[in-house]
Amino acid sequence: MKLLKCPMNGVRPLSEFVFGGEVREMPDPNTCSDKEWATYVHHRNGAPGMKKEWWYHGPSGTWFIAERNTMTDEVARTYLYGQEDKQ
Amino acid sequence: MPLRLLKYAMSREHPAPRFFRACETPKKSYDAVIIGGGGHGLAAAYYLARDHGITNVAVLERGYIGGGNTGRNTTIVRSNYLTPEGVNFYNASVKLFEDLSHDLDLNLFYSTRGHFTLAHTESAMRTMRWRAEVNKHVGVESYVVGPDEISKACPQLDISCSGQAPILGALYHAPGSVARHDAVAWGYARGADHMGVEIFQSTEVTGIDVQGGKVKGVQTNRGYISTNKVLSAVAGFTPRVCKMVDVQTPIIIQPLQACVSEPMKPWLDTILVSGSLHVYVSQSSRGELVMGSSLDPYEVHSTRSSLDFVEGLTTHILDMFPFLSNVKVVRQWAGMADITPDFAPIMGKTPVEGFYLDAGWGTWGFKATPISGKTMAETIANDRAPDLINSFRLSRFEEYELTGEKGAASVGH
Repeated sequence: MKLLKCPMNGVRPLSEFVFGGEVREMPDPNTCSDKEWATYVHHRNGAPGMKKEWWYHGPSGTWFIAERNTMTDEVARTYLYGQEDKQ
Repeated sequence: MPLRLLKYAMSREHPAPRFFRACETPKKSYDAVIIGGGGHGLAAAYYLARDHGITNVAVLERGYIGGGNTGRNTTIVRSNYLTPEGVNFYNASVKLFEDLSHDLDLNLFYSTRGHFTLAHTESAMRTMRWRAEVNKHVGVESYVVGPDEISKACPQLDISCSGQAPILGALYHAPGSVARHDAVAWGYARGADHMGVEIFQSTEVTGIDVQGGKVKGVQTNRGYISTNKVLSAVAGFTPRVCKMVDVQTPIIIQPLQACVSEPMKPWLDTILVSGSLHVYVSQSSRGELVMGSSLDPYEVHSTRSSLDFVEGLTTHILDMFPFLSNVKVVRQWAGMADITPDFAPIMGKTPVEGFYLDAGWGTWGFKATPISGKTMAETIANDRAPDLINSFRLSRFEEYELTGEKGAASVGH
């Protein structure tokens, strides 16, 4: 069984979590071009590597960030959004 | 055939016939280079040579031919899609598949079985009716059937699914078939090789040379090859190849797993799919049950398989067929699926001149092998994509003209 560490609840089985995709910066819809907005909506960085991702712990309703290598599936660390430095 | 066999009985030597030449040193330049020696890449090479007379072509394969998703799918061929564009495209593929053993002079064990997409809920029935109407409109034989007809075609199926998810009906698709997937790759490889195409195995592309927005060549572990036309047909490696030319796509990679049971006497002669139970199953010509399920739930660039998958899948198989409880799973594996947001492929030209994309094949690539090869060959030869694949162009995302095929994916992903 794969495990993941929720910053609030500790190590839990992966089946309790939902993948939320890579953390991406939203361009300002009022000032960006149509092309930039379409790129934000549709395109993704699909190449493998170390990525910052959103994950969700279902039973407790906690969204948090995981830094994970998508090639090896190894998680370097997890933390609540905005609390990166406190870890 | 018997005489040819007899010759070997008399001889001390039993050389295995080669399907294609063992090429090792690439030429300095080719008219076109195809990255990826799977079914799609080899089919493109075959049709480039056969239909367009372009034979100075190299196919570069990182591993061995047909060793990627061509050899990892569950071999189902069907055209019961949801959009008219999708149905037309996959129907053209089924038509090519039907004559392919003859074309390639190789028995592909192409076997038309009929294909049931089971519906366990009213909303699923609604999608089945929708797909049936679109299919009929385009001229594809699909229609909605009730539980009685399903039981008649497959008496072993527990229609109540252990009481958990009673089957209300199904979308029946008469042309649904299975085929030997690796034979498809090998047949195309042999055909292309006979016309002069060179196939390089263990040959990895490490970079693509783009100058002034145009492709000039590819860098490989066997040296630099100059060419003006490059086709990427690499399934789960698409994001890595696109990064080499700085082309953005919506594709992310998720593993798709499958497994087979031990061989049994033939008892299942149709193909069964259940969206609600996340299962598809057919019996191969060797007697094994070939079973697949939905995608793994997050991005990983790996072909590792998991116990979670077999447990989940077999639980649902037992809901459908309780008598299989003593049957063993003998093999399981995974492939890297390149998933698009609308569950349709990405085919055709890209912002980089001379760089063509045959990608986004997610969980629906094998059935499209012949037609994708044919249309990509046409795209490369004319530098213009045929109308049949216009709805699958990369620029559809910028234009917000998506081709929504999620409802026709074999299981609810």
